Amino acid sequence: MTKKILTVDDSRTMRDMLMLALSDAGYEVVQAEDGIDGLETLEREGADVVITDINMPRLDGFGFIEGVRANPAHRGLPVLVLTTESSAEKKARAKEAGATGWIVKPFDPVKLVDVVRRVSG
Amino acid sequence: MSADDPFEAIKQTFFLECEELLTDLEASVTALTFGDGDGETINAAFRAIHSIKGGAGAFGLEELVRFAHVFETYMDELRSGRKTCDDIAIRAMLHASDVLADHVSYARGLIPSMDEERSQTVANELRALMDDGGPVVAAAAPEPNPVEDPIEAEFDFKPVMFDFGDDAGAPEALPPEAWVISFKPHKRLYETGNEPALLLRELARLGPCQVTLDTSELASLAELAEPAACLSWSIVLDAPVEMEAITEIFEFVEGECDLVILPKSDPLADVTDSSADEVDIAALLAAATAPAPAAPAADEVDIQALLAMATAPIAPAPVAAAPAPATSAPATNSAKAAAPAGNAPTAAAGGQASIRVDLDRIDKLINVVGELVIQQAMLAQSVAECGIAASSTVKVGLEDLEQLSREIQDSVMAIRAQPVKSVFQRMPRLVREVADMTGKSVRLITEGESTEVDKTVVDRLAEPITHMIRNAIDHGLEDVEGRAAAGKPKEGIIRLAALHRSGRIVIEVSDDGRGINRERVRKIAVDRGLIAADANLSNEETDNLIFLPGFSTADTVSDISGRGVGMDVVRRSIQQLGGRISIASTPGKGSVFTMSLPLTLAVLDGMVVRAGGQTLLSPLSSIIESFTPKEGDLHRIGARDWVIRFRDRFLPLIDTGRVLGFSKPDSPEITGRDGIAIVVENEGGSQVALWVDDIQGQRQVVIKSLETNYRKVDGISAATILGDGRVALILDIDALVVLGRQQANQSEFKIAS
Repeated sequence: MTKKILTVDDSRTMRDMLMLALSDAGYEVVQAEDGIDGLETLEREGADVVITDINMPRLDGFGFIEGVRANPAHRGLPVLVLTTESSAEKKARAKEAGATGWIVKPFDPVKLVDVVRRVSG
Repeated sequence: MSADDPFEAIKQTFFLECEELLTDLEASVTALTFGDGDGETINAAFRAIHSIKGGAGAFGLEELVRFAHVFETYMDELRSGRKTCDDIAIRAMLHASDVLADHVSYARGLIPSMDEERSQTVANELRALMDDGGPVVAAAAPEPNPVEDPIEAEFDFKPVMFDFGDDAGAPEALPPEAWVISFKPHKRLYETGNEPALLLRELARLGPCQVTLDTSELASLAELAEPAACLSWSIVLDAPVEMEAITEIFEFVEGECDLVILPKSDPLADVTDSSADEVDIAALLAAATAPAPAAPAADEVDIQALLAMATAPIAPAPVAAAPAPATSAPATNSAKAAAPAGNAPTAAAGGQASIRVDLDRIDKLINVVGELVIQQAMLAQSVAECGIAASSTVKVGLEDLEQLSREIQDSVMAIRAQPVKSVFQRMPRLVREVADMTGKSVRLITEGESTEVDKTVVDRLAEPITHMIRNAIDHGLEDVEGRAAAGKPKEGIIRLAALHRSGRIVIEVSDDGRGINRERVRKIAVDRGLIAADANLSNEETDNLIFLPGFSTADTVSDISGRGVGMDVVRRSIQQLGGRISIASTPGKGSVFTMSLPLTLAVLDGMVVRAGGQTLLSPLSSIIESFTPKEGDLHRIGARDWVIRFRDRFLPLIDTGRVLGFSKPDSPEITGRDGIAIVVENEGGSQVALWVDDIQGQRQVVIKSLETNYRKVDGISAATILGDGRVALILDIDALVVLGRQQANQSEFKIAS
């Protein structure tokens, strides 16, 4: 079964980059442009793994993750945050919101896929 | 990357996105400049810079990333309220936005070189503000990190997992032969979507693992509300790997589990290496909390983990009994509930949903729809000629079809419509630059940014507007002394406005400067032989002389307004868009340049007329009225000129067929023919009447370029195909008026000579 990955990022460039790396690795990718869109897309399409940016309009990554986790059905869903900041603070906040892990931008496609595989089996 | 092409394509996407982001940034900074920004404005600016940086990093655009990072860090200071957003801050942001835009242009290859010095200066400016330049809001800035640090850190693209204290001095020549790992997930680990099985699988990738599951804390099935938070594992990893390899696997679950990693050789590790059932975590703990022996790999992380273990309640009961939301609350609703209630409706109302479509596809659609409209008109005409009754279903159906075709056309046109915002937003920077160069103090006011017009028009507006604004600042506005002498405020005002007026878009660029010096304009025009020395010109006509080719009133040719490319170039580019430009000036008070452009370049509402035996189309937007003149309304002036009485005024009458050369020279004079006068207004607002043979009706037509398909014809702007398949030429009213005037002058000249 092809795994479905939801990417949530307001930057088209970043969405395209993720799409390229993930689809090359054989994943199915669905995209959303911000946190609200992300929650809606997740409800509509479902996903096996979610990758989300932090800084987004309308609803940021933290709020988005909290929204995901608020649905018991998604409590075990792996959610990775994309962060340019290597700061511990961002990671800690993401963890607090319920993130599974993080990917540091800019990402190496191989590393990205590796992290996805790590959290999704 | 696996393939070059998609990567390159994404890079291009990135640059397009940068354009949008820079526009957003400019808008935010402009809003802040005028004091109508708030926290969200700063936030939006931050996001724009952040996104540019993010993408730039992906493409290894290091200089761009470097600068964006400094800018972003500064914006973060403002965003968090650690620094106040005062005038100094805004000025720094303006400079930084400009430099950032330059970095993007350079990375994109649009500009040949990057002004590194300026970039450095501005970056330093930002750093200085972060250090202590700007007023600090909080008494003490938290973590007063050296500014260089985060920048360098950013370039260290390796994910920084744990802070291993960087003890470069502690040589660990050989990793231990094997490791003993004790791992006890907390409930939180499961809640964040982590899965022990996957972590164990990762460990197994490092080498052979001997995994032991400890189920001793497992509650009975009846009590088991929380899955597995009471399981723990001990693993013997039989591989000489670095500690980092193991900690990396547990990177994401730091703080969400009790984790002890020890070399197997470590005396503490012995404890776990006992029989499976009784993994003695308690013993291990006891040992671990004792003053740490000199374990070679016992670093900060381990100690922390050990401490956490020591303080964590060992009894399984409280963990197992934790409330489990999993079993309550319907699954579907909670995610919605979690989205901030305020945001969700905004999302719906905001109508943010959009898709990106290749422009070519839209243009193709527009073209096809254009053909459809023509085809529909031809069909309607054929049916009409068949003499079918108006009440027949065919007729009624055709009328519905016509209605639908129109709607389709309007909708398709609307797709191409874009707000002029994208152009207007480039102007603040221009104004700043020109103001700096001229040493004038200028304030730009923009109005009607959301006015929509065809994308092609928007794209091609930038150049003429740029030119006009430069001109307005350079020539229009007085210098500081001049303004003081004139009793005007020091700050000159440039106003850029867009509005819809009678089916066209009107762009006005006005200044409160000195206005046109008519004496000088007239003198120059005479000197250059553009007008006769004794020409009798109205003020309006004099002002509009500046649009004549080769006219330049600047005393000194400056770098700003260009060299020799004067207003005639502006007029030319406006005309190419089917637009007009005119100027109205009040000496001492300022000037207003008015450009009027069609909303679309694809269709036109027009009046089908016949003149000199030809079918012509007069744009409806310029028609004021049409009427059949009575005998006494027409008066001859001079040899060949006519005027017509219209509402107690006399307007020049242009014999359309004759001016365009359709009528034979020996055709009877106006008075000798039946005809209709169409009163039209030109861009300057003056009215003339066109004499035509008859009017055939009003029609919306699809514009076909004459210049691309044939050649430029004076007095004609384009062509179209009518319902009956005939080609009709579309009149260019202004050009026609000019043409009429020229011919009149020539004939006067002939008669006089």
